[in-house]
Amino acid sequence: MELIKLSGILIVIIGFALKKDNILIILTAAIVTALVGGLGIVGLLETLGTSFVANRSMTIFILIMLVTGTLERNGLKEAAAKLIGKVKGASAGAVVGAYGIMRGIFAAFNVSFGGVAGFVRPIIMPMAVGAIEAKGDEPNEEHVEQLKGMASGMENVAWFFCQVLFVGGAGGLLVQSTLASLGYKVELLDLARVEIPVGIFAIVISIIYYYLKDKKLSKKYYNKK
Amino acid sequence: MSFFTSVDITLGEKLLEIIYIVIGLITIYTGVKNARDKENPARVGTAVFWCSLGIVIAFGRWIPPIANGVLIIIMTIPAIFRKVKIGKQETPDPEFTKKMSEKLGMKIFIPALSIGVFAIIFAIFTKLGALVGVGVGIVASVIILMLFSKENKPQVFLKDSERLLSTVGPLSMLPMLLASLGAVFTMAGVGDVIAGLVGGIIPKGNVNVGIIVFAIGMMLFTMIMGNAFAAITVMTVGIGGPFVLAYGADPVMIGMLALTCGYCGTLCTPMAANFNVVPVAMLDMKDRFGVIKNQVVLALILLVFQISYMIIFK
Repeated sequence: MELIKLSGILIVIIGFALKKDNILIILTAAIVTALVGGLGIVGLLETLGTSFVANRSMTIFILIMLVTGTLERNGLKEAAAKLIGKVKGASAGAVVGAYGIMRGIFAAFNVSFGGVAGFVRPIIMPMAVGAIEAKGDEPNEEHVEQLKGMASGMENVAWFFCQVLFVGGAGGLLVQSTLASLGYKVELLDLARVEIPVGIFAIVISIIYYYLKDKKLSKKYYNKK
Repeated sequence: MSFFTSVDITLGEKLLEIIYIVIGLITIYTGVKNARDKENPARVGTAVFWCSLGIVIAFGRWIPPIANGVLIIIMTIPAIFRKVKIGKQETPDPEFTKKMSEKLGMKIFIPALSIGVFAIIFAIFTKLGALVGVGVGIVASVIILMLFSKENKPQVFLKDSERLLSTVGPLSMLPMLLASLGAVFTMAGVGDVIAGLVGGIIPKGNVNVGIIVFAIGMMLFTMIMGNAFAAITVMTVGIGGPFVLAYGADPVMIGMLALTCGYCGTLCTPMAANFNVVPVAMLDMKDRFGVIKNQVVLALILLVFQISYMIIFK
């Protein structure tokens, strides 16, 4: 009857897959696991309390918010738009690639410009479409649709794989605490360091992939010799 | 007070505790501000959530574990009943932002990057740790912003952090709650049960097979759950620990890369709606899977790269 201890895991998997309230899922899984695992309610509350206090480092993002909003107020996004605007005479695919480099470098410092809603839609997409027009072509609808997908993809890849380079980011902190509960003590700096090759590879491979894909689509839709 | 005067506790720990008190106070401020905000549709729930969280963050060290546990449960109740809401918010005045952007230009990147720079400097050159570096970087950033403009007063920073914290809301506590769930799993012996089950499938002692199963498992679990943070706690306890780390593989490399293997799953699943579905709507795309289709190839290449990297450098 050891298997019953896994009911908490089952609750998490099914709960997230069915898009139930995330906090409710976690709480239910914790209560069920504590009861079937013999911790009891007191054990549950003590484990919860101890672990929460031990993991307070994960709330560092609240301290960072102390400046994030004010940076935005003082023109951070506008400066980023000016910076990417320096890319001139590039193809649409190269615009997406240039954004990837910028997004990746700033992600490593935990600096964001507003994601798809705040930056890709108002700044990157007009630049990419402008790049097609600059070559004297009428932007093809299907090509623009693909560029939207590529720009969002670049946004996601750069953010996911470069934000782990920030020492003190949520990912590293969660890994640190998960390993600590298994008895392995690791440093945040080392966790960030092992991701450097992954971050660089992710940016480079995405740029190559999207550049080539855009080139192929341009040939197909505008048929330039 | 004895904590701060004790010689047995390192300066880094003391400074970190001060940082937690500041974070806790910002959180409590968020609760109090919303409690008094007539425009907030759920004043009580919002206040209960942020205040109980703030108390645990700021003073948790001095509160008995069981009382902290009770406070956490109290905190989750308004969140589950969706009674944590956003009140009146002062969004940045576009005129001011335009004026500042013209005045500062690229100089705004100095306070923006200072946090990360200080974190790295402190992690490498001091014994105080990266998080104290983050704290110092924020102080530096605040000072620079105040020098930039007289209008960046202390209450502006406080109000802006309240605005952002209220916007992200209770879901920002997900990583912490998942970490606590992981602790409950470990205490209840969940890892041993999975290890027993999977032991029949994975040959014991073959670290490379363990790494491949762990990496692919992270990707698949993340695709099902839509959240790599949820997957990593379960998978590390069940697979990573007993089948990879127990045989001497480097916990730094395996533990961390498992998370980014999970991110490969995030790139491939509509379950991660924020990243893959919301952009489709925001960019008026026709194909609901238009973002995912542009990510699948990259995700698979990155997974293979990371598995090879782990096997070579474990």
